[in-house]
Amino acid sequence: MDLILIAVVSLGAIGLIAAIILYVASKKFAVYEDPRIAQVAEVLPQANCGGCGYPGCSGFAAACVKAGSLEGKLCPVGGQPTMEKVAGILGLEAAASEPKVAVVRCNGTCANRPRVTQYDGVRSCVIANSTYGGETGCTFGCLGCGDCVAACKFDAIRMNPETGLPEVDEEKCTACGACSKACPRAIIEIRPKGKNNRRVYVQCVNKDKGVIARKACAAACIGCGKCVKTCPFEAITLAANLAYIDPAKCKSCRKCEMECPQNAIIAKNFPPRKPKPEGEAAAKPAAPKPSAPKAEAPKAEAPKTEAPKAE
Amino acid sequence: MKTFRIGGVHPAENKLSAGKAIETLALPKQAVFPLSQHIGAPAAAIVKKGDLVKVGTKIAEAGGFVSAPIFSSVSGKVNKVDSVIDASGYRKPAIFIDVEGDEWEETIDRSTDLVKECNLTPEEIVAKIKDAGIVGMGGACFPTHVKLMPPPGCKAECVIINAVECEPYLTADHRLMLEKADQILVGVSLLMKAAKVTRGYIGIENNKPDAIQLMTEKARNYTGIEVVPLKVKYPQGGEKQLIDAVIGRQVPAPPAIPINVGAVVQNVGTAYAVYEAVMKNKPLFERVVTVTGKSLQNPSNFLTRMGTPMSQLIDAAGGLPADTGKVIGGGPMMGKALVNTEVPICKGSSGVLIMNDKEARRAEPEPCIRCAKCVSACPMGLEPYLLATCSALKDWERVEKEMIMSCIECGSCQFTCPSHRPMLDYIRMGKGKVGGIIRARNAKK
Repeated sequence: MDLILIAVVSLGAIGLIAAIILYVASKKFAVYEDPRIAQVAEVLPQANCGGCGYPGCSGFAAACVKAGSLEGKLCPVGGQPTMEKVAGILGLEAAASEPKVAVVRCNGTCANRPRVTQYDGVRSCVIANSTYGGETGCTFGCLGCGDCVAACKFDAIRMNPETGLPEVDEEKCTACGACSKACPRAIIEIRPKGKNNRRVYVQCVNKDKGVIARKACAAACIGCGKCVKTCPFEAITLAANLAYIDPAKCKSCRKCEMECPQNAIIAKNFPPRKPKPEGEAAAKPAAPKPSAPKAEAPKAEAPKTEAPKAE
Repeated sequence: MKTFRIGGVHPAENKLSAGKAIETLALPKQAVFPLSQHIGAPAAAIVKKGDLVKVGTKIAEAGGFVSAPIFSSVSGKVNKVDSVIDASGYRKPAIFIDVEGDEWEETIDRSTDLVKECNLTPEEIVAKIKDAGIVGMGGACFPTHVKLMPPPGCKAECVIINAVECEPYLTADHRLMLEKADQILVGVSLLMKAAKVTRGYIGIENNKPDAIQLMTEKARNYTGIEVVPLKVKYPQGGEKQLIDAVIGRQVPAPPAIPINVGAVVQNVGTAYAVYEAVMKNKPLFERVVTVTGKSLQNPSNFLTRMGTPMSQLIDAAGGLPADTGKVIGGGPMMGKALVNTEVPICKGSSGVLIMNDKEARRAEPEPCIRCAKCVSACPMGLEPYLLATCSALKDWERVEKEMIMSCIECGSCQFTCPSHRPMLDYIRMGKGKVGGIIRARNAKK
């Protein structure tokens, strides 16, 4: 009887002391965490991709709460709707942001860009890039080892075995920028998706002189500058034998696409141009706005444009 | 016999051209001079299209302290300043000169007499070396004058001449020693004077007994120079391995450099170039290049003007064999496969090696069997399998801790691996990445 009593009393006493210590410790060493951090983290997609520039979703949530303003903060995975939810929790204004997408700026397909050497090292773009200029004559273009594919957490970029180039699945792409960072040649650009998901860009990063670039690849930008002269909005700049279309200034008139002698400028997701009489065809692209609403339907169903054909 | 302590491998020597005397190669029709032929800042062109140049005219000025000027190796007219694919496989700025005649600058002493007397001060010798555009001729191309100016707090104690030529196939240094022994020894004396030391060692592997004998005999006439025969082992020509083999000192891990243990290491080709620059006023514009390969008709050693396309050397050695798989600039262990044969000969081009299709192919990598052969082969005492795996997994912190920056990229690990694992490819990638991280960290401080 005594034994049981002693056991109960002593264990009870130990339990009581431990409880007191724990209580005191939890009060004394309590770390205050803004409850809003947890709330914000909850609405984030929990992809932990790092596309926002912070270490994971919780890091981004803490940064949003701490900063007191959402200026320059964007979750590329969740996009604008998520940022509005975050703004709602914090009572702040969500910064306006355009949805973006990864864009592969190389059209050096097997047909366009013949092989001149054979690489038999490790299948890694970083290693191939540090070894030499690549299997083709172009020392700027895609190496085709698929570092971008390995970097993507959303299965949004895949190698096309026919062209040897990566292709972005626009539905899945969150524009987190992982592929862009993984590419040792900075071929992949994160560009605004554009109105109605339509965008015009130069699908080449070759900075060699025109003669050399053309010899290396049939679809290379040769830096002729025709597009620069054609563009009515001054959206195109030419630097180091390479044209670049500023997405902020581009109005998607597609004049440059028609002008490019190398077909290096790509207009993505536009409806196919209607074969029209000479005079009208020239006038039409100048005023693309009225034709845009009409094109809405065919775009959603069958985006048979020139771009996929080229790929 | 002496050698370095840790690791090393024994690749087949294949010194096919060892018995071939140095021949002077005909002038090219057009010479091409890439502006970055050395480690450090690229040189800046000081000629333009249409300019007339002579042999030995300076055509590009050094782009900084760690840099070197470039001299024309031919006389003629500058065709253009454009770009060329060099040994790196990338297009780099270069000067193109159309060859007309062979007119030399008057300041160059073209006589073959041996000049021994030198009244210049060490500083003047270093200045002459700097102005002659001399860089390490072994292949690394580090500007020689920088090595002769020790950083504050360091003092040179001896000059070690690298005459090891541990790369299989290559024989350029071997032939140079047999044919220009006296000039080399004067060059060594000059380097010793410039570095303000009284001791000089010439390390030669014992697969070149004729060179060891000749150099030992001739060295008796020069004070303070000792020839050190070394046991054959790759990579004995590595700077740190050579210091260990010759004077038994080990260079600590980077950022320590050989001068921290009192050694200045120079290639035997550099010693010859120093002799010509200081005594004959001849800047660096030609070098001995070995053209070799098992399928090649006539493996040879050519005294070649810089800027000559490699195709001309190959043609002179019997033409490109039909079964060519790879053309390599340098030796088989550390050389680099070339994109085409029009790559010009540069200051660091020690050889052109032609591998047949079968030799050139890499074997399919198989899983690591944990035999640790790479660990025993590594001359730096590293664990290559671990560095390669951690690099592949992008664990940069770990590879830095495992001393990836100590790797000298000799390729012994990959050579010895029974599973043909491409370890060096991954280690190079990791080294590049960790190097960048360290630089960024230092910049922050």
